[in-house]
Amino acid sequence: MKLLDFVKLLSLDVKSYSDGLQQDVTGGYASDLLSDVLANSKKGDIWITLQTHQNIVAVANVKGLAGIIIVGRKEPQKDTLDKAEAEKITIMTTSMSAFETAGRIYQLLKFT
Amino acid sequence: MVTNQAIEGSFQLIGGNFENAGNASIHLKQKLTELGIKEDVVRRASIITFEAEINVIIYAAAGWLRYYIMPQYIKIIVEDMGPGIEDIALAMQEGYSTAPEWIREMGWGAGMGLPNMKKNSDEFKIDSVVGEGTTVEMVINLTS
Amino acid sequence: MEILRATIVSAADNSDIDIQGAYSTDLMSNVLYYHAPNSVLITSLVNPQVVQTAEIAGIKIIVFTQNKKPDKDIIELANQKKIPLLITPFSMYIASGKLFQAGLHGIRNN
Repeated sequence: MKLLDFVKLLSLDVKSYSDGLQQDVTGGYASDLLSDVLANSKKGDIWITLQTHQNIVAVANVKGLAGIIIVGRKEPQKDTLDKAEAEKITIMTTSMSAFETAGRIYQLLKFT
Repeated sequence: MVTNQAIEGSFQLIGGNFENAGNASIHLKQKLTELGIKEDVVRRASIITFEAEINVIIYAAAGWLRYYIMPQYIKIIVEDMGPGIEDIALAMQEGYSTAPEWIREMGWGAGMGLPNMKKNSDEFKIDSVVGEGTTVEMVINLTS
Repeated sequence: MEILRATIVSAADNSDIDIQGAYSTDLMSNVLYYHAPNSVLITSLVNPQVVQTAEIAGIKIIVFTQNKKPDKDIIELANQKKIPLLITPFSMYIASGKLFQAGLHGIRNN
């Protein structure tokens, strides 16, 4: 499934680098601890988090993550979005909680 | 192996500068990928570099990160002018952290940095003098 | 519990707990911000503050992910507060996914 599919199915708001929506998504990772994401996430995962500061971009970049979904109606900081455009990282937001977002993505990836 | 001479580079790290955190890691990742190094090694090198950068940025006034890509191994040396670590064994424990609250709110400071660095390198050496700084030397082998 | 392949590490009796929702996060300040009473907290952060935050927020069960084990002090604290602690081998993403599959809902913050 492509990132665009998730955006449509879950009504996510795309906040940066919309060209990235063509990427394939192969899994998901939910964590607000950056060392944990560095250690355990996999290339192609969508990252689900509450974090909004710019380090999330570098982490997503270095791990080759498909994109970042910022949950709970949190807004990414301006630095974060600027950096995301520059480093070609797609950031999306949703008002859903991390639990629900992870739940729905898990379901979609498993059963489609 | 695609090179028969050393490739090296260095980055200056500024304490408190989170804006550039990860730059060295991303740069090294690109370089290693260009050289055709296998994905698992690239992943490990990225992790140890990023964690090393973040430690300097969180705790030190400034530091340097130098990398050496040799035919048989990759070596990363991080030196900082920080407060130093009083009890290294304690610092190496998973979950142990001296990070202040605002760092933890950012999602750093969960006490996994040094353990992650050790776990992902084949050789790991750390020296520290309280009041002067800390040096970490890590090696990832390219041949098994 | 079976869904998460979880093991209980605390002494609390959880047979009567009625769970109305689930919340997944590693940041305790957000647990308080988002108001999640009568829910299960899924987290990878293992420290005493998690238990304290849970009590204040009205969280009924804590699940630690990726087989992270709480130490004696944390278990003791949880027992005092009668909050069961579970450990699951799954990541937060998969644990959330499986529970969501099984019909548990997230917290709506409106």
